[in-house]
Amino acid sequence: MSAVLQNLVNQPYKHGFVTEIESDVAPKGLNEDIIRLISSKKNEPEWLLTFRLQAYEKWLSMKEPQWQNVKFPKIDYQSISYYSAPKPKKKLASMDEVDPELLRTFEKLGVPMHERAALAGVAVDVIFDSVSVATTYKEKLAEVGIIFCSISEAVRNHPELVKKYLGTVVPVGDNFYAALNSAVFTDGSFCYIPKGVKCPMDLSTYFRINTEGSGQFERTLIIAEEGASVSYLEGCTAPQFDTNQLHAAVVELIALDNAEIKYSTVQNWYAGDENGIGGIYNFVTKRGLAKGVNSRISWTQVETGSAITWKYPSCILRGENSVGEFYSVAVTNNLQQADTGTKMIHIGRNTRSTIISKSISAGRSNSSYRGLVRVTPTAENARNYSQCDSMLIGDQCGANTFPYIQVHNNSAKVEHEASTSKIGEDQLFYFMQRGIGTEEAVSMIINGFCKEVFQQLPMEFAVEATKLLSFKLEGSVG
Amino acid sequence: MIEQNSRTLLEVQDLHANVNGIEILKGVNLTIKSGEIHAIMGLNGSGKSTFAKVLAGHPAYEVTAGTILFNGQDLFDLKPEERARAGVFLAFQYPIEIPGVANNQFLRLAYNTVQSQRGKEELDPLEFDDFVREKMKLLEMNPDFLDRSVNEGFSGGEKKRNEILQMALLEPMLAILDETDSGLDIDALRIVANGVNQLANKDNAIILVTHYQRLLDYIVPDYVHVMEAGRIIKTSGKELAKELEARGYDWINAKSHHNATGVQV
Repeated sequence: MSAVLQNLVNQPYKHGFVTEIESDVAPKGLNEDIIRLISSKKNEPEWLLTFRLQAYEKWLSMKEPQWQNVKFPKIDYQSISYYSAPKPKKKLASMDEVDPELLRTFEKLGVPMHERAALAGVAVDVIFDSVSVATTYKEKLAEVGIIFCSISEAVRNHPELVKKYLGTVVPVGDNFYAALNSAVFTDGSFCYIPKGVKCPMDLSTYFRINTEGSGQFERTLIIAEEGASVSYLEGCTAPQFDTNQLHAAVVELIALDNAEIKYSTVQNWYAGDENGIGGIYNFVTKRGLAKGVNSRISWTQVETGSAITWKYPSCILRGENSVGEFYSVAVTNNLQQADTGTKMIHIGRNTRSTIISKSISAGRSNSSYRGLVRVTPTAENARNYSQCDSMLIGDQCGANTFPYIQVHNNSAKVEHEASTSKIGEDQLFYFMQRGIGTEEAVSMIINGFCKEVFQQLPMEFAVEATKLLSFKLEGSVG
Repeated sequence: MIEQNSRTLLEVQDLHANVNGIEILKGVNLTIKSGEIHAIMGLNGSGKSTFAKVLAGHPAYEVTAGTILFNGQDLFDLKPEERARAGVFLAFQYPIEIPGVANNQFLRLAYNTVQSQRGKEELDPLEFDDFVREKMKLLEMNPDFLDRSVNEGFSGGEKKRNEILQMALLEPMLAILDETDSGLDIDALRIVANGVNQLANKDNAIILVTHYQRLLDYIVPDYVHVMEAGRIIKTSGKELAKELEARGYDWINAKSHHNATGVQV
């Protein structure tokens, strides 16, 4: 049985190729000059440079967190290059003018932009090594007043919005990695949904880390005004290198009165090889502020890649009757490590939160759920329901659950359920006795296990996630 | 239902099998022809369920000696899923729960896998839905079953009906019903037995593994075998079951000296 499991685990990474595009790479290392260089390369206003420098100052005084249940060699932050931009051959006026090599990369990635966008009705803002290359569907979105662009563009064209909200949910000194991001972020997405507008399509961004040894520091900011709603999709893939790459992103969501933001991620970054060589260090700070009454923030994530995942998409439920949701599937294999979960901070009255976390561990990997539910004294009648299920494949992997519950209001109702199961011989035998082969059986069991989360994903993403999981665990059972 | 032109479907010779290094089966011999219904009775631990699982190829059981021919083919050459596709079906004593997997999805995958292996047409979800609903009538099952997760939260009786539904879908040549009567109330027993009787025909064969004679009032076997300490120690017609019910298994023990020292496992 474990031999089949082994095989499933040992699938080569499908997206491992490097695009040969001349990059404009900053010298390695981090200091004030580098930050000034990034800011000037991007022609940023003074206030943003100040923001960066403040963050850098905070960062200098901070230490890397040590509490997470993952192990990795010390990162040398002075050996990382903090800026890399593909050099466009000429100024781009339309998609047709995009570097054909770049387009081929997207093809290889399975992201044929125009076709995909047209077929699926998805507007794709493509991020390629920190600089936005092309944005589609912009006009259609602009008709209803939606701004969807790279954050650099937003800084140029809508500075008042960026200035008003940037760093308000994740302050510059929030944590070590967020501070680093705030100092050196190069690009990311910006999305603004005006009052009363329901975004007519799912907004989608594909990220890709392309230059060896260049860290990627994405910054995403999404604002839904009163009564607005948006569903945002983030998909990630990175090529294969022997060195570990750092990815320290920050995502901030702000939902005002009666607004709704749904943020879905399928993360399939390079996880390192079967001996744990290479792979992405994914240290991400994602946080949503349910600021207005009846607002709703919903995180859905399918985490299958990265050597190390350190990520806790959180909700601050400030508005009365606001709702926070976290649906997560984390799959680890080989020597991958994941420490992921969420924080639900209840501040407003009648706030509600739901946490559904599913972890699947195979090979010699280790997966931890770490979640905080805090009910502050002002949060009358707060409700939380948490469910954390772990599934183990084989006998060399591990799963942990670390729930933190802090209740400071007697009217709160907080529930937590946890379970651990194993794909067992008897379960597989049942399938086989009905003529179904091992791999199909495993795929069906896993998808069944993750169903509550997959149901939250938009259709195309759900299909992709299902395929990804089957691919990821192919050969790991039997 | 013994037919003149029946052929040998299963031939088990001197079968020995271990689980966790302990020998459970110690020389089972059994021949089954198409069209026949066989009951295997015996106390807990006599090896009945082990025999059923060995036939189906459960990986936890190691065959140490003996042969099994199924339809003239060496059964040990086939993996569990290949045996299923070739027509060996086991109705589980404890059907497994599979959270999140809809019953109709599971049933259709099993059905289509077996169909395609047999060179027959697969059904799309809509066609299958009609097909399975028809089969469910046989077992007086509520269509709600299709949308629920496989066996999850099913009562004992519902699980057993779901097993027989799978038998009805997969149309096996050899169906092994492992204690299908346990946990059934009298109405459910009648329904399940009725379903099995309708599925029995001259081309297939059924093995009923059971403790009790009760099931055999509804599904009448051609042969009754008594198993003890990993061997079949007595074979007779259907009247044997009645006699066992009346006199208990000790009655056989007293008669079969060769097995008096047999270790109960």
